[in-house]
Amino acid sequence: MSLKPEVQNPKSSDARRTTSLIARLRRYAIIYVALWKNSVTRETMFKGNFLLWIVVELAWFGLQLGFISALYLHTDQIGTWTKWQVVLLVGVSHFIQQIFQAFFLINCANLSELVRNGKMDFLMMLPVNTRFVVSLRQVDLGGFVNAGSAMAVIIYAGRELHLSPTWPMALGFLALCFIGICIHYCLMFSLASVSFWTVKAQGIVYGYYNLFNIARMPDDAFPRGVFKTVFTFALPVLLVSNVPARLLTDRLTSSSCFLLVGMAIACAFFSEWVWRMSLKRYTSASS
Amino acid sequence: MRKYWHVIGIGVQNNLTYRFNFLARTLFGFIPLTAILLLWRNIYEGKGDGGLVVTFTLAQMTSYYLLVTLVDALTAVNEDDWQIAADIKDGNISQFLLKPVDYLWFRFCLYLAGRGTYLTVAFIPLLLVVFYLRDYFVLPADAATFGLFAMSVLMTAMLQFFISYTMAMLAFWVMEVSTFIFILYAFEYIASGHMFPLDILPPVVKEALFFTPFPYQLYVPVGIYLGKITGAALIKSLIVQAGWVIAAYFMARFAWYRGIKKYAAAGG
Repeated sequence: MSLKPEVQNPKSSDARRTTSLIARLRRYAIIYVALWKNSVTRETMFKGNFLLWIVVELAWFGLQLGFISALYLHTDQIGTWTKWQVVLLVGVSHFIQQIFQAFFLINCANLSELVRNGKMDFLMMLPVNTRFVVSLRQVDLGGFVNAGSAMAVIIYAGRELHLSPTWPMALGFLALCFIGICIHYCLMFSLASVSFWTVKAQGIVYGYYNLFNIARMPDDAFPRGVFKTVFTFALPVLLVSNVPARLLTDRLTSSSCFLLVGMAIACAFFSEWVWRMSLKRYTSASS
Repeated sequence: MRKYWHVIGIGVQNNLTYRFNFLARTLFGFIPLTAILLLWRNIYEGKGDGGLVVTFTLAQMTSYYLLVTLVDALTAVNEDDWQIAADIKDGNISQFLLKPVDYLWFRFCLYLAGRGTYLTVAFIPLLLVVFYLRDYFVLPADAATFGLFAMSVLMTAMLQFFISYTMAMLAFWVMEVSTFIFILYAFEYIASGHMFPLDILPPVVKEALFFTPFPYQLYVPVGIYLGKITGAALIKSLIVQAGWVIAAYFMARFAWYRGIKKYAAAGG
């Protein structure tokens, strides 16, 4: 980046704004590539551990599928969901969770540590957006491998259901997954920001795992009531995987689709508001 | 003996620092609990009035999950395994090799203190939930059943602790024990009956699981309370559970004994 003062050119302020935006994006892309390189180097240092974590995630994924199989020994339907539809749902939920984990989880979980030991100071002084660097500092490469196993389960369940998704459908599915990941990120980031108040916030990751637990449940297993309302309109985790899974199984209503998008936008604004509020509370911990 | 009482006192004080963390944990824990109870209710509704899943009525199924939450609050290791592993890795156990304090019992006291504190925090929210669901909460058949349930819970606590202690001993040999602990935890979660009563599994699978210690870590006390394990099977379960406790204790001792030989006292 050039540090020279920009030459005034009143003629084309629009064009200038576009070029400066492109330059900014380029700069952030370069920084992000550097962060990726760092993460890859870090992972290659502990190869055995990297593989073992994949085994851990596989074990937990298998556990969820085992639970579904055991449940469906005793019932044919939960709400309107049949066995393979729920397997597909669990797969979608795992896919979203793992991609979220790959990009964001560890960074959100580390936020309280950054506040506690005062390393936040250093990150705030960097000439980049602090939220960007706090949220994307590390990449958990294992998440991509696990997302692959989730995709395999989605495809297998899809074959059992005789689904034949078209290309627009598949793209729509990925778009909805992307929105779901954004919702997870915004919620987790807002939760993690609480660490500016309590410092000891390890419980947050644990708490968030409980929310993931709900995301893989079929939505109409729950009667209309407080529970469903809270997890649809306040913490919309019930929408995150159910909406994309419904798209694949051809049971999506446009209203729930709009609701997902609307809630994602609301969550994004909310998390930015919480983050700014929290930053005001920050008092450097180290000397 | 007095020194160990002292350890319990210190443990309680340390744990009280985390009382809000404990409360948050308990309250967050109610979210998946509510979800699973609603899920079962949905399944039971499909079966009509008086429907059964294997031998469970809806009330029994609801009670099962509430009791699992209770027994879990009473016996689950919280951070003990991580702390033990960290003690080994950072060389903190060196002092125990010099002091007349047995590390295993020292940790056991801290574990008891942790559970005691956790329960004091979790008790009132848990009681409120049970009260809210009182129509679906079954009581034990008689006082004797309750006594045997309490006895089994006690053994569950010991079994949980000794197994976690043994797992933490892995820190003598590997740098990162968390992956191993999580893999075991995944098995425990399903095979101990944490996710669902083992009765809903195919009978062959259920019987096979009873050759492992996992059902004795949770399912057995809850099964006793609900009257799913009675008569000769009950006596047998308690004896086998005691057997697992003793076996886990010796495993814990053996792992420590072997580990100490390899111990390098990192960090001075």
